[in-house]
Amino acid sequence: MPDSGLTPELMKEMYYTMALSRALDDRLWVLNRQGRAPTVYSSNGHEAAQVGSAFALNRGEDWIVPYYRDMALVLAWGMTPREVLLHFFAKAEDPNSGGRQMMAHWGSHRLHILSTGAVVATQDAHAAGLALASKMLKDGRVSVAYFGEGSTSQGEFHEALNFAAVHKLPVIFFNENNGYAISVPQRKQMVVQDISAHAESYGMPGISVDGNDPVKVYEVTKAAADRARRGEGPTLVEAKTYRFVPHSSDDDDRAYRTREEVQEHKQFDPVVMFEARLLADKVITEADKAEIMKKIKAVVDDATTYADKAPLPDADTLGLYVYGEDGK
Amino acid sequence: MAQMTFLEAIRETLRQELARDERVIIYGEDVGVRGGVFRVTEGLQADFGEARVIDSPLAEAAIVGTAIGAAVNGLRPIPEIQFADFIFPAINQIVQEAARMRYRSNNDFEVPIVIRAPFGGGVRGGLYHSQSVEAFFGHVPGLKVVIASTPYDAKGLLTQAIADPDPVLFLEHKGLYRSIKGEVPEERYLIPIGKADRKREGKDVSVIAYGLMANLALKAAETLAGEGISVEVIDLRSIRPFDKAAILESAKKTGKVLIVHEDNLTGGFGGEISAVISEEALFYLDAPIMRLTGPDVPAMGFSPPLEHAFMITADKIADAARNLAKF
Repeated sequence: MPDSGLTPELMKEMYYTMALSRALDDRLWVLNRQGRAPTVYSSNGHEAAQVGSAFALNRGEDWIVPYYRDMALVLAWGMTPREVLLHFFAKAEDPNSGGRQMMAHWGSHRLHILSTGAVVATQDAHAAGLALASKMLKDGRVSVAYFGEGSTSQGEFHEALNFAAVHKLPVIFFNENNGYAISVPQRKQMVVQDISAHAESYGMPGISVDGNDPVKVYEVTKAAADRARRGEGPTLVEAKTYRFVPHSSDDDDRAYRTREEVQEHKQFDPVVMFEARLLADKVITEADKAEIMKKIKAVVDDATTYADKAPLPDADTLGLYVYGEDGK
Repeated sequence: MAQMTFLEAIRETLRQELARDERVIIYGEDVGVRGGVFRVTEGLQADFGEARVIDSPLAEAAIVGTAIGAAVNGLRPIPEIQFADFIFPAINQIVQEAARMRYRSNNDFEVPIVIRAPFGGGVRGGLYHSQSVEAFFGHVPGLKVVIASTPYDAKGLLTQAIADPDPVLFLEHKGLYRSIKGEVPEERYLIPIGKADRKREGKDVSVIAYGLMANLALKAAETLAGEGISVEVIDLRSIRPFDKAAILESAKKTGKVLIVHEDNLTGGFGGEISAVISEEALFYLDAPIMRLTGPDVPAMGFSPPLEHAFMITADKIADAARNLAKF
């Protein structure tokens, strides 16, 4: 691999973000089980794919269009744990939606995270459109659509790839393949083994990468972003990973996969593996790790307390912002 | 002042906006080198280049979906759906994405796009090149639905739609493209969306319509004037938002209301107009509210007798208004 510019400092920051996301994620489940919030959508297991790719981009300047699995991604992109918790608790101050959307419908104009709905694959066309504007306005930005493998069954996935390829747009289609669309395994979703195989139909590079290795994901994403910025067009990236928890807090994954299967994949837990690697490579010491964990605990506690105390939206705001004039 | 057809007024408005604002782009199926299947965009690619007048892949959801992204990142896209009948693959992008974006983001994002689509029948289009789709979209908060009836209005409303910060569906009745002419000023002007226009003043019966139907209502009014029946014609110009005040004012004045649309009856926009009058002007009425609409069949037949039986004509409007006047 050519020098990717991934310094020990950046790797340390990546590790912090992954571990923070995991800790925050664990907290969300606890709060949900305590009955304090109705829904969790988790990024548990996907941290390397999300954080590794984010660090390869101009975070907060390039555009991302995430999906509901992407909490670690938006944390890497600049959203704060307080903001995540405000969203989770549907508080007025939630920067994603002011408490209007269910948890994990991310969006922030300030951070260049395009607001998202819930119908899968719509974001693929949005990312292509963002990139169309970047190409015309020459703003140097790359746009990235994030999506699960189940959503590649949608026509809009294919439409967006084709559109982007025809117009050579600076966009990356980033698939987080965890093998399940809620309960439906990949083999019932498609015949191909690799999502990246679709790229050939659209005349763009398709690359599959170990989605549990943030460094590999970083390198692949960096290459795709460089290619996009050179005006050479889109890339389809598939990060193969696994989700360790049910689809959401309303799902029970025992209905469709064995505990043995989940345990098997836990050997490749991206947070655990990256931590071990950084310790082995002496990028961090045990003392660093302890300090990072202490900091994360404090940040997660602070976010929980802050968001818990924050006010809910006023019912009178229900009618606001249907149209632009409403806000003037 | 130049005389223009409805189609020319739209083309010249697009040309003016492309020249005025380099963020404006047009794209859709066949809009570039061919100038669109109706020639609305003819010559625009030659004048403004392939980067700004784009022949897109044949995929409506992608056309609207990419327009949303492009608008968020600084452009003013005017995507075209070749026929309104083909808009349904894009309905999720229009309704759930474009129209909900501002609301769902608590005013953090907006989607300033104008989706142009030719609609309506009477041009031998059959089931899939004749439909009226406005009722589906008139139901959607966050979206604006504009339907002009004259070349003058088309320019002012389209210019306003392009300047508007929210997504606008701009429906163009195909029957108007070349059948009517009118004076259109060369300078840029705006007509606010949501303001009806009283196209003819009268005292016996109010006809409330939009698009081609407003033109046919004016013809019917002329016929009835010869019979001593005075018909007022209210052209709504947009159905979301729609001008409730103008409807109520006219209903209260004449006491007799005929609502006309080509779209089929049940769940059509006429029901909404009727409900508003019932709620707020019931005791001014001298007759039941009447609706004259396309029939409740899936779509317009292709063969001439079938098409003609579906279509509203000036005679049908005159008959209905005459009956209402006699009530």
